[in-house]
Amino acid sequence: MYLPDFDFYAPESMQETCELLARLGSRAKVISGGTDMMVKMKHALLSPEVLVSIKNLSRLTNIYYDEGKGVVIGASATLNDIGNSLLLQEKYLSVCEAAHHMANNQIRNIATIGGNIVNAVPSADFPPILIALGASVKLVGSSGERTIPLEEFFTGPSKSVIAQDEILTEVIIPDQHTTGSTYIKFGLRRSGALAVVGVAVAVTMDGDVCKDARIALGAVAPVPDRARKAENLLKGKAITKELLEEVGKCAAAESKPISDIRGSAEYRRDMVRVFTKRALSKAISEGHV
Amino acid sequence: MQAIEDKNGVKRFVITLNVNGDSYTKVVKANMTLANFLRDELDLTGTKKGCELGDCGACTVLLDGKPIDSCMMLAVYADGRKITTIEGVAQNEKMDKLQESFAENAAVQCGYCTPGMVLSAKALLTSNPHPTELDVREAIAGNLCRCTGYVNIVKAVLAAADEA
Repeated sequence: MYLPDFDFYAPESMQETCELLARLGSRAKVISGGTDMMVKMKHALLSPEVLVSIKNLSRLTNIYYDEGKGVVIGASATLNDIGNSLLLQEKYLSVCEAAHHMANNQIRNIATIGGNIVNAVPSADFPPILIALGASVKLVGSSGERTIPLEEFFTGPSKSVIAQDEILTEVIIPDQHTTGSTYIKFGLRRSGALAVVGVAVAVTMDGDVCKDARIALGAVAPVPDRARKAENLLKGKAITKELLEEVGKCAAAESKPISDIRGSAEYRRDMVRVFTKRALSKAISEGHV
Repeated sequence: MQAIEDKNGVKRFVITLNVNGDSYTKVVKANMTLANFLRDELDLTGTKKGCELGDCGACTVLLDGKPIDSCMMLAVYADGRKITTIEGVAQNEKMDKLQESFAENAAVQCGYCTPGMVLSAKALLTSNPHPTELDVREAIAGNLCRCTGYVNIVKAVLAAADEA
């Protein structure tokens, strides 16, 4: 298979990149790892006239802690950069685990976190756990930069608030009191499969009592979204098996899945119940973020 | 990376990369994948093309020591990088211990997945010389063997690790 022809730029500075994107308008697409884009191009679902690579913007691959800001993950960090990051393993192991269960090793060495977010695929694995951890994304464009909560980023399947001349440059996970978090991906195979249902939770426990909780669901709505009613059921309550069952049912009722080749809406909704329950007990009992 | 435009306005890029220890400078179009570059430009046809969508791993090569699907990477992205293909695994006409082990354990059936399997295993043993069976299975999870010869492939990788 050969890729269709396209013009190609690999600018070396952010400013140059934004100017190029502003000048080229809708003719151009941003490419980083390119693993999603190349599949679409090979299937003729996408035929961009121009690709603008952000791979030469080297500081976008950094993962570091910024006092007062939180953990910053550069948009071009690969899934394996994230899975193997000692900083993330220490502070947010659940993010490393999410990375580890995506695609396969070869793709994890190429695909980036920025691409996983910007493609806005409803079944993407990073958004649920990042939303549960209250992460934000920084968008840089020719007219300035803005930082928005990730949960406000997505507007529909393959749609987001990012402007034509903007690049997602970093993901920021803020400092928090969370005592436990996890992401459980339910796919039809262990490797190389998309999520049928993805459930991420982040809880703040005080003994047996849940002080705060965030539950984010993937692959069961047009966008990754929080199950807020289910979260509210947990807050201020002592954890019991019955409560977790009730929360699972509530999250299932809040989800809006569709039927597709990977599972029916009915099945997905029931799996939301099961995996919400399972993710909560894992996050509560294992007690690491 | 230098760009050259011909009289028809077609843009090409000058890339220099190291493949199996040899340095190459070539002029390529941006839409050439690394898999096609290795096979069509360098005649290194040991790198196989299977699904060409990043699922099967037949096109696995090492990029700076890490396994990647070469069908999922643009050749221009390999500028300045070091690539190892299956042709670069044997040293001085002598097979690598992994290759010996694949032969001894009958881990090769039709052979189409073998180059990719060997390279994924090679990267694993370099970073983790004493892997568990689970480590091996995870490392080759992106390499599909449609002869379904996984049992012997896993055995071969573990045997090569034991020998080290």
